Amino acid sequence: MADTVIVRIPTALRPQVGDQESLDVAGSTVGDVLSSLNGDYPEFGKRLYKSENEINRFINIYVNDEDIRFMENLQTPLKAGDEVSIVPAIAGG
Amino acid sequence: MSYVKSLQCKECQSEYELKPLTVCDNDFGPLEVAYDYEAMKGKVTRESIEAGPRSLWRYKDLLPIEGEPKAGLNSGFTPFIKADRLAAELGVKELYIKDDSANYPSYSYKDRVVAVALTKAIEFDFDTVGCASTGNLAHSVAAHAAAAGLRACVMIPHDLEEGKIVATLSFGPRMFKIKGNYDDVNRLCSQIADKYNWAIVNVNLRPYYTEGAKTHGFEIAEQMGWRLPKHTVSPVAGGTILPKIWKAYQEFITLGIVEDNKPKIYGAQADGCNPVVTALREDQELFHPQKPNTIAKSIAIGNPADGYYVIKVIKESGGFGESASDQEILDAVKLLGRTQGIFTEPAGGTTLACAIKLIQSGRIPRDESICVCITGNGLKTVEVMQGQFAANPTINAKMSEFDELVKQMEETHPSQSPATTA
Repeated sequence: MADTVIVRIPTALRPQVGDQESLDVAGSTVGDVLSSLNGDYPEFGKRLYKSENEINRFINIYVNDEDIRFMENLQTPLKAGDEVSIVPAIAGG
Repeated sequence: MSYVKSLQCKECQSEYELKPLTVCDNDFGPLEVAYDYEAMKGKVTRESIEAGPRSLWRYKDLLPIEGEPKAGLNSGFTPFIKADRLAAELGVKELYIKDDSANYPSYSYKDRVVAVALTKAIEFDFDTVGCASTGNLAHSVAAHAAAAGLRACVMIPHDLEEGKIVATLSFGPRMFKIKGNYDDVNRLCSQIADKYNWAIVNVNLRPYYTEGAKTHGFEIAEQMGWRLPKHTVSPVAGGTILPKIWKAYQEFITLGIVEDNKPKIYGAQADGCNPVVTALREDQELFHPQKPNTIAKSIAIGNPADGYYVIKVIKESGGFGESASDQEILDAVKLLGRTQGIFTEPAGGTTLACAIKLIQSGRIPRDESICVCITGNGLKTVEVMQGQFAANPTINAKMSEFDELVKQMEETHPSQSPATTA
């Protein structure tokens, strides 16, 4: 089994993953990790994905505090111990 | 009585109770306040509004509060100026400035959203209010919280202008300076809201907070004599105000309070932070986030949460987007000062600079009514103006030196020199 990364789950999505704040998941890219979660928790996946390869536009994904859109989106590579945060978009100014 | 029905997902229209909720459980779409417009017809009228207080609370029937307002009783109803001298300079027929640099108590449009958010925070029984802010929101939250007797916790990027920080600290909030840009602060705040039972106005009170921004649009319509400008130019940062000005116009049209003149709305950003304008130029539905690099720090938001709706509303209205360089922004700040006696921050300079570019490119016709939304005050960001004006020499208190200086100034400041004595 590959090394795992930590996935941080926002409050709004915790009911869909058995009320866990974070999960250890194996995968070599962000896309791998999220589809593995989708397999384990289909209700979670329904909210996370807009279509098969597209994340819901109201959700931002960060790897170690950097938005994946500044890296390689779902192809962003991961190494053991990386932290993937799922954060709903919020406004401000 | 209140005309508020529920919170409703902007995407799937699922309904929620009127609680401190932010996003839809089904699809994470933002929640928005829904009203019973049918019940308002014939009751919410020009006359009913005109009978209200001279503050944003004259539009109370169109705001999501249950009882009486509890914050910002003097906020809003800011000056609306027919800017004839600026219009002459730009070669346009009918130009207006909606001037929220004179808003109360903290001199930016944020006093509108905070007045509503803090009233809701009190209705929901919170004792602590907070925000993620580029400065103006923190200033406003701290001011309103002090006046309402609430504890304020404000989160800001570490490198904001000194004026904003000092002015905010004077109200006694807890200030958290965060390394990174606004988008980093914003992300942290959404995690704080998950953990602490605070009313973070732009996170867990966002559906209510954003409604306050409509009052900027209501006032434009009322102060223009119950009609809408054909073209409205609004700044775009997180994406709150532009869609809410639009919503205000549409609500007044729905209620028969103003005529539908098919208004168009335009978004203004700085070149150093223009994700929405870039998406409009490339005719994209979604924006790509940016790392902000601009003197217009109030609007330096590279990942605007409501950017999607800004793009949608602008396209629907037939408007467009424009962005301006730092020098164009500073030049516009000076132009507005020199022609109208209004000192705005770089965010306001951005809006005017973009309006000028939209006029020059022919996107906005010169013979139709134009409103430029000025949302912040230059006194909070004085450091950006350093080096923008000719040096002013100091003289001794002697008439001869004065006469000499007047002569010099007639050469260097021809348009501003005082008339010589008879």
